[in-house]
Amino acid sequence: MTAIPDVFTAVEFSIVSKHYGDVRAVDNVSIAVAEGEFFSMLGPSGSGKTTCLRLIAGFEQPSIGSIKIFGKEAAGTPPYEREVNTVFQDYALFPHMNVLDNVAYGLRVKGIAKPECYKRAEQALEQVALAEYGKRKPGELSGGQRQRVALARALVNKPRVLLLDEPLGALDLKLREQMQLELKTLHKKLGITFIYVTHDQSEALSMSDRVAVFNRGKIEQVDTPRNLYMHPKTSFVADFVGTSNVINSAMAQQLTGQNQPFSIRPEHIKLGTNEFNDKQNDIIKVAGEVVDIQYHGATSKVEVSVGNQMLFMVLSNTELSEAELPKISQRLNLCWSKSRMVMLENQAS
Amino acid sequence: MQSSIINADTSKPFGRKFSNTLYRKNNLFLFLLLTPPLLWFGVVYLGSLFALLWQSFYTFDSFSMAVSNDLTLENYRSLFDATNFDIILRTLTMAVAVTLATALIGFPIAYYMTRYGSRAEKGFFYIAVMLPMWASYIVKTYAWTVILSQQGILYWCINHLGLSGALNHVLQIPAIGGNTLATSNLGRFIVFTYIWLPFMILPIQAALERVPTNLLQASADLGAKPAQTFRRVLLPLVFPGVVAGSIFTFSLTLGDYIIPQLIGPSGLYIGTMVYTMQGSVGNMPLAAAFTVVPITLIFIYLSLAKRTGAFDAL
Amino acid sequence: MLFKTKKNQPSAPIWLKTLAYGGLVFLHVPIAVIVINAFLVSDGSHTHFTLHWFHAAFAREDVMSAIALSLKVAAFATSLAIIMGTMTAAALYRRNFFGKEAITTMLILPIALPGIITGIALLSAMNILDITPGFLTIVVSHATFCVVMIYNNVVARFRRMPHNLIEASMDLGADGFTTFRFIILPQLATALLAGALLAFALSFDELIVTIFTAGHEVTLPIWLLNQLSRPRDSAITNVVAMMVMLVTAIPIIAAYYLTRGTESIAGSSR
Repeated sequence: MTAIPDVFTAVEFSIVSKHYGDVRAVDNVSIAVAEGEFFSMLGPSGSGKTTCLRLIAGFEQPSIGSIKIFGKEAAGTPPYEREVNTVFQDYALFPHMNVLDNVAYGLRVKGIAKPECYKRAEQALEQVALAEYGKRKPGELSGGQRQRVALARALVNKPRVLLLDEPLGALDLKLREQMQLELKTLHKKLGITFIYVTHDQSEALSMSDRVAVFNRGKIEQVDTPRNLYMHPKTSFVADFVGTSNVINSAMAQQLTGQNQPFSIRPEHIKLGTNEFNDKQNDIIKVAGEVVDIQYHGATSKVEVSVGNQMLFMVLSNTELSEAELPKISQRLNLCWSKSRMVMLENQAS
Repeated sequence: MQSSIINADTSKPFGRKFSNTLYRKNNLFLFLLLTPPLLWFGVVYLGSLFALLWQSFYTFDSFSMAVSNDLTLENYRSLFDATNFDIILRTLTMAVAVTLATALIGFPIAYYMTRYGSRAEKGFFYIAVMLPMWASYIVKTYAWTVILSQQGILYWCINHLGLSGALNHVLQIPAIGGNTLATSNLGRFIVFTYIWLPFMILPIQAALERVPTNLLQASADLGAKPAQTFRRVLLPLVFPGVVAGSIFTFSLTLGDYIIPQLIGPSGLYIGTMVYTMQGSVGNMPLAAAFTVVPITLIFIYLSLAKRTGAFDAL
Repeated sequence: MLFKTKKNQPSAPIWLKTLAYGGLVFLHVPIAVIVINAFLVSDGSHTHFTLHWFHAAFAREDVMSAIALSLKVAAFATSLAIIMGTMTAAALYRRNFFGKEAITTMLILPIALPGIITGIALLSAMNILDITPGFLTIVVSHATFCVVMIYNNVVARFRRMPHNLIEASMDLGADGFTTFRFIILPQLATALLAGALLAFALSFDELIVTIFTAGHEVTLPIWLLNQLSRPRDSAITNVVAMMVMLVTAIPIIAAYYLTRGTESIAGSSR
């Protein structure tokens, strides 16, 4: 914590906790989001990511710790005096105002002259390709259109940080993918900081510069998407980001002789065949029984019971014919390269 | 940092500063919102109630007709005098009878409108129940004095249907009879039932509305006959609504003092007793002690009702 | 048939339908009697239709002053109740704290307890404080039981209103007052109006409490009560009774239409 505010840091959490009674919604979180960054907060529901966003927006006050926005202490500053704007999960459009009034609202309440407000609001609507929808009520728009209005309503205020609370959660898959692309483009164009809350790991990985993975109010890991996927530090991250087989310490002891848990991606597990060379000591081999096979189009997901653990592996349906695929309760030999394993921190849980 | 924020605040207009203070001190905001209503209800209303209760311990001298501040339990003891206790029993019996009658008449109406009524029919029923409920109490009572009078339409109908003999038989039954309908307990019972009936229908209707239709379909699907579904699924779910309605009918009958004056035989009710005691007799202590009776009965009833979950059905 | 039956639903057993409509008839007979009587004049042997008694009623000074007083009382009591009911609703709808249930119980008490208790309690308090009953005391007593009407309507609307609308407004730069003015108030408007109409109707009709707090003032219901001991004046009584019912029926129906289907007003951004 330097005395001189760091101009390159947009939002900084220093050991922030938020308690609701006995519940620690946010527990000792420290993060620094750089200016212009696309920063995602990823985690299951109730992991504290949304509370963190609300702390930045000013809807909640931290119980302990300090939150700085562009180097300025934010505690005690109400939402309407912060240079951040929010795109809400269910958009929170004002139902009694039409679309244009919704977008102009932020400017109007700041006391900007009426014609100027509407001029800028119309421009913002143009930006999200909804120029001719200004006179409609939010109730008359589709989910995707409401989403864009919410975006325009936030951006028209020219925030330095845009907070997005699962903004695509209510949209169907196709629209969601399209909007992800648009948001990414918008971020590049505006050059402002985006802080994006989501529970969808693929969304977080595909859009973000950096991702913070939340679990039970704590941050498990903050890293680039690639590092999160390739080098998860904890079993939670390994499990939550992509699908992964997390091998507990007891089983790791048997396989590697070391007491340290590790993770191995399903796509890195191969069917062990006879041609495997026993002497290769960079190979781990296990035997197990097929419990379930799920067909997923190009691939099949095979669930194999090994000892007291389940391992998932992915087999290509283009390379293997139906006859070659394993059958349920068939015994299988599996193997993987030691170099594919990611060692995890030893955790009590 | 901290000081610059405070400085920034001082240059702002008062409204904004106030708004910021409320934002920082959420409890202050709550306090400001609640102070006026709490003062009103806590001081004016509850204060009055306690003043009333306090007076029930004062002494009334029946020779000088004057109230003195000497505290006594005499007023409460006299509630159990035969005549006074009769008044209480008489009122209580009527309240129970009216509650049962409104439930019996109200249930089919509520049941029909929720289960079988189309959207338009439901709206029609709703308004048709709301209107008499809100129509002026005194106007409705007045209407009944007209209807029940010997020149009224009820006697006219009974005479034309040749039922006057039957009516005379009914009016000769001791507990409910009287010289005419307007001076009988039966007449008073009809008016009470009429006046409080809508207060029973609406909570039942609301409770019925909350029962998902698929529960009834599930019951039928599991092999229950309609009567069994009604008794084992619907009734337990709707019962809190009936109890919620009965809170009104019971409480309102217990405290009424206009209807017993206008319709039915001359015996006093709790309400009329209180009214006469504080008014023409000037025995405020006894009147106050008498008001404790319905308060106690209602609180007993409310605590029983609470167990059925009726408060959520209100 | 008056109404189409519900689709995919068996029609009601005939006995149930009879009971239901029979109940409705029972509820409306006295009202019909009042309305019919208001238009009839009987001169000894035969009765005929007339509007004469309406003229007669409007010409009576006691009738007009009673109506004026009741309207004035209802207006003042409703205004007071709007302020207090809304404040209480705003304080209670989202927060849970010790004593919250006690406050809501306290609000319901004036209509849950028999009116005679509220009336006599207020009267005895006035006697102790040496306050002469009159217009002001009627307003105070009416506002006391009207608050819960506003509170119930407004708190229900508050609960249906997504809280993030308030957050969104503040996020966009509006402080508490601006948010109240532009976001909360428009959302509450119909609920407030409906609650106000109910409170107005309740106050306009009130008799039980008013008798104690009115002193020598004569509100319309008190006037009607006094008329019952003057059977020779019954023609005027009939007309006034009918007008009272009309005056209360209009706000009740209006309130019903205002609160019906409000889900689509408050929740349409979802």
